[in-house]
Amino acid sequence: MNVKDKVIEIIAEQAVLDPSDVTMDSTLQDLGIDSLGLVESIFAIEEAFDISIPFNANEPEAGDFDISNVATIVAGIETLMAEQA
Amino acid sequence: MKRVVITGAGTINALGHSVPETLEAMREGRCGIGPLEFRDVDRLAIKIGGQVRGFEAEGRFNRQQMVLYDRFTQFTLTAAREAIGQSGLEFSGELAARSGVVLGTAGGGVSTWDDNYRVVYEDGKNRVHPFVVPKLMNNAAASHVSMEWNLKGPSFTVATACASSNHAMAQAFQMVRSGMSPAMITGGSESMLCFGGVKAWEGLRVMSKDVCRPFSANRNGMVQGEGAGVFVFEEFEHARARGAEILAEIVGFAMTSDAADIVMPSKQGAARAMAGALADAGVNQDEVGYINAHGTGTAANDKTECAAVADVFGPHADRLMISSTKSMHGHLIGGTGAVELLACIMALRDGVVAPTIGYEEPDPECALDVVPNEAREARVDVALSNAFAFGGMNAVLALRGI
Repeated sequence: MNVKDKVIEIIAEQAVLDPSDVTMDSTLQDLGIDSLGLVESIFAIEEAFDISIPFNANEPEAGDFDISNVATIVAGIETLMAEQA
Repeated sequence: MKRVVITGAGTINALGHSVPETLEAMREGRCGIGPLEFRDVDRLAIKIGGQVRGFEAEGRFNRQQMVLYDRFTQFTLTAAREAIGQSGLEFSGELAARSGVVLGTAGGGVSTWDDNYRVVYEDGKNRVHPFVVPKLMNNAAASHVSMEWNLKGPSFTVATACASSNHAMAQAFQMVRSGMSPAMITGGSESMLCFGGVKAWEGLRVMSKDVCRPFSANRNGMVQGEGAGVFVFEEFEHARARGAEILAEIVGFAMTSDAADIVMPSKQGAARAMAGALADAGVNQDEVGYINAHGTGTAANDKTECAAVADVFGPHADRLMISSTKSMHGHLIGGTGAVELLACIMALRDGVVAPTIGYEEPDPECALDVVPNEAREARVDVALSNAFAFGGMNAVLALRGI
């Protein structure tokens, strides 16, 4: 499974949606994922890809990991995988 | 109903090993937060905390006691010794039979759990010390206080996460006010600064890696602390009859539940607790000069708490002072309200309001007088102490100078 499909699977599970309902330009807010759901998604992504994501719930916009939508999350994971390989 | 006064106070925390040391640090706006020192700290993402330094069990406790006392119990007994010593009370006969201990802690003997899980999981051993259970249980500290000072009345431990010690003190207050007990030992303690204790908090992604800046626009989370605060709550006539020194009067309290979310705070729940404490105390909004805030330094708490204060106090919200001493001693979780009550006593008794240190940038969502960075001299007649816990359980105490 590629990064994109795995991320969609994780986010769909968190949002209690079918993966086909999650698109690359979906935002977490669109999908109804709240702040606790976001922290859980980050944890699931870290576990799935064996990476460490710099994310502080107090300043979600700070840092290099962009959570604006599914596409930016996928891109962020690919960057971290390359850096942390 | 009886009047209830505080006739003894004790503490140990990152700012000091006693009340005078702690109050001096608060007056000077000193920071007790620094690099954590314990096993495997290099495997943590969060490496800072308000750790108690220079505290050696050797010399304070004998060998048998050290085997039996978790660090949270050691902190409690140290603070209780200072508080009960100051009060001058000696418990015997009828006084002993009716006086008890109500303490708060969220985690109890966390480092005992941590150490012994290591033994069986990491080291692969199949045997643990016989005292693991009596050492880690949440009521261990309250029990040892009862044994040490012969307190034979109602005693138990309250666990409501970050509001534990405020709930405990509210309960003790009730017991004295109702006439059930002439005196109660109360407060709380916490000692979660070990690998497992900090790792668990790390998971929530709400911790700061560098500094605790409550109410500041650039705040980035909470910082854990450890320690204990213990008080003697005594019926006023009982204290006056024996000529005891009175530190302050407890005049009211309220407890509320948000019934909403397991981690996100609610403005309504916090506001109802503050308004309830004022009503219980029979105090008007404009009499309150100081609020010791819950003020964790997270994005969510600080803006919610300020909005709740604005709702409850209306225009007077802009005239009162509100500070978070967690910026100095860290968040003592279940023990935090007890250490923070000292800031209320200092405001009422000494006319010195403890600052919120680390403050850098105003946040329009926290537009109150947060006493930034430097303590302030002011006359304060009534003070509130806020505690708003995970799980939406809130407890607020109201104190008056005497």
